[in-house]
Amino acid sequence: MGRYVARRLLQMIPVFLGSTLLVFSMMYALPGDPVRALAGEQTVDPQQIAAMKKELGLDLPLWHQYWNYLVGLFQGDFGTQIASGRPVADIISEAFPITVRLALFAFIFTVVVGISMGVFAGLKADTLRDRGLLVLTLLLISVPSFVLGFLGQYFFAFQLGWVQPNVSLEASSDELILPAVVLGSLSLAYVARLTRTSVAENLRSDYMRTAVAKGLPRRRIVGVHLMRNSMIPVVTFLGTDLGALLGGAVVTEGIFNVKGVGYNVFDALRHREGATVVGIVTLIVVVYLVASLVVDLLYAVLDPRIRYA
Amino acid sequence: MRGATQARWAACAVAVVLTATACGGGDDGGGSGADGIVSSSWGDPQNPLEPANTNEVQGGKVLDMLFRGLVRYDPKTGEAQNEIAEKIDTTDSQNFTVTIKDNWTFSNGEKITAKSFVDAWNYGAALKNNQKNAYFFQYIDGYDKVHPESGKASADTLSGLKVVNGTTFTVKLSQKFSLWPDTLGYAAFVPLPQAFYTDHDAWLSKPVGNGPYTVDQYAKGSSMNLRRWDGYPGADKAQNGGIDLKVYTDNNTAYTDLTAGNLDLVDDVPASQLKNVEADLGDRYINTPAGIIQTLAFPFYEKAWNTPGAIKVRQGLSMAINREQITNQIFQKTRTPASDWTSPVLGEEGGFKEGLCGPACEYDKAEAKKLIQEGGGIPGGQLKISYNADTGSHKEWVDAVCNSINNALGNNKACVGGPVGTFADFRSQVSTQKLTGAWRAGWQMDYPLIQNFLQPLYYTNAPSNDGKWSNQEFDDLVDKANAESDKAKAVTTFQDAEKVLAEQMPVIPLWYQNGSAGYSDRVENVSLNPFSVPVYDQIKVK
Repeated sequence: MGRYVARRLLQMIPVFLGSTLLVFSMMYALPGDPVRALAGEQTVDPQQIAAMKKELGLDLPLWHQYWNYLVGLFQGDFGTQIASGRPVADIISEAFPITVRLALFAFIFTVVVGISMGVFAGLKADTLRDRGLLVLTLLLISVPSFVLGFLGQYFFAFQLGWVQPNVSLEASSDELILPAVVLGSLSLAYVARLTRTSVAENLRSDYMRTAVAKGLPRRRIVGVHLMRNSMIPVVTFLGTDLGALLGGAVVTEGIFNVKGVGYNVFDALRHREGATVVGIVTLIVVVYLVASLVVDLLYAVLDPRIRYA
Repeated sequence: MRGATQARWAACAVAVVLTATACGGGDDGGGSGADGIVSSSWGDPQNPLEPANTNEVQGGKVLDMLFRGLVRYDPKTGEAQNEIAEKIDTTDSQNFTVTIKDNWTFSNGEKITAKSFVDAWNYGAALKNNQKNAYFFQYIDGYDKVHPESGKASADTLSGLKVVNGTTFTVKLSQKFSLWPDTLGYAAFVPLPQAFYTDHDAWLSKPVGNGPYTVDQYAKGSSMNLRRWDGYPGADKAQNGGIDLKVYTDNNTAYTDLTAGNLDLVDDVPASQLKNVEADLGDRYINTPAGIIQTLAFPFYEKAWNTPGAIKVRQGLSMAINREQITNQIFQKTRTPASDWTSPVLGEEGGFKEGLCGPACEYDKAEAKKLIQEGGGIPGGQLKISYNADTGSHKEWVDAVCNSINNALGNNKACVGGPVGTFADFRSQVSTQKLTGAWRAGWQMDYPLIQNFLQPLYYTNAPSNDGKWSNQEFDDLVDKANAESDKAKAVTTFQDAEKVLAEQMPVIPLWYQNGSAGYSDRVENVSLNPFSVPVYDQIKVK
């Protein structure tokens, strides 16, 4: 187990290097000059632009820029923004806590509500409540998140007055609930459907019949025997989903004025702030890698037949 | 059935959580009356807040509250009035003597002297400081030494600036420029305290100025809280307790917060909300002219566009554009059809002249077709109007302009839009003369002078003359106007130069842009100045 984790962690290094290089070269390949764009419609003399580029190291060839970036990164320096001169680390440390909270809320919402709904429907497959769940989740899957976002804003904030329509600068936790529900609703639908199918299938399996025959209480049959075996596909989905949630949701964050990772990446892309994009994307890659490792380890917990050496 | 009960419980828990947030958020309003705090939307400034380095409106807003210069533009009329300057004298339109009032200080107590100005200007002009507005000092003698076009600077300070005593300094310009004192209201010309140079980083994280407000708290990327400075020596003291600027992800979320009552002032109403603005805000919506003109520019470095025939083609194209219809339908009257090359905010006295462009800027389908045919048709057979697709929803109006042209010519392919992915790329292509067709151009004035609408854009090799248009008659008239000591005469001479534009049509004027703003019922006396920045110091909290 320990060796397996160590091997997985070591594998992250080439993936990390590869992904930073990829994102870095993509940013480099984008047309347009971010330093030139700082001047807006005005014209700035070329010498000044050259001087600024030199200061920022943007006049060097791609490989050299990348090398400088990596060297800085290993010293804990994520680089600085071209326009504002702010360290990228500052931006990351401001954006990530908000996104982490938003993602956690959305995740908890997805897990609790999604799995409950799935079990609720799966236990009585092909009944009215099961059909109802399928229709409801189909609806959630097919409605784009910005429609849900605006609808949520309209009903809960403007009509009912339960919540504030926007998230304020402090991004207090109660303000994040509506965005989290909107953000989590798509995953919710998938989780509910996965759980439902898995539960419905496992209900017919041999070990379930054995458990019932042994005279175990129903709570134990459903809670331990059925659930544990039905969770593997759900956990796989949730693992990658957590990565996606942490990677930020540009649309949802935009609607609710959340200044999280998605907004910052989008903003940096628009202004061609290479260092910011690479820094944030790199972190997202790491989050994905860790999440998938945790998922793999969870398999062993859920199904003792799976072992890692 | 136990499983079912559990699921129901979970669903209820979510409902409870949702209702529990019912009265979350809450009001953060800060008092009322003269000490009331106004919250206002903001965008992250695209540069450190150095006065000579700020050339966009979000940073400009802050500087407008934090600083006062020699001259200030009247928020209503745009007229330049002495603020810190006691007087600015000249006998030859080239050598100026500036005397300042001696009762001004910075908010940290430091006295404002002639040196505060001279040092700040030298800092702004020096090549090594990379200040974006450095070219504002180009008229001062010695600029070519501290900011040469190539190579290293051979001097550290502008030779044209000399401190005479505590309250007086002299300025020698490299050419005659009678309206020069009127340019001094621009943010680049404000004085700076010693702390700016001695502890630059600390100053940037909490700027200290001499305006009616001081910075209370500045969280980069999210908010800035400004508070009234009670010791402010000027006449335009703040009428409220302070301004809280809040960064929003975009103008839509800011507008949402305004309608929800969480924000007092939005100074950019999103285009998509213009239809609802009457219903949402009623008379709390402002739509006034700003010093911005939008045009279509052409590549004169391309031979085909630089011919006598092409003049007729451009005039024809101009007449083929139905400005009235586009401004009404696409812009919901937040633009006004242009009929000269300046802006209504200048006023008649300042040089704005409605109809100066003449029939060439009036919609006339038949005449348009005739002129374009006489001129030999559109060079290359097709007009491509390039624009940046990422900001400002330019696609809509470019398509409408093309439609209008295509209609007039009875040819579906006479004009097409040419989107460029990002603003950065678009500006790179424009400023390096890569485009072979027309492109959208816009000019936001730096100071309310007719000179600013003409010289930087159309003078031979001027910094923003991206199309490389060149006309001897125009250049001569601009030179003559700059040398004119009488202001009224200078303005009419500039208008003569503008008439050359009407004959040659180097760019097609499209429309004048308005500034828009909406505010909550908590505040009153809200207005926009000619730069479409809210006049923060006059806002009153009810």
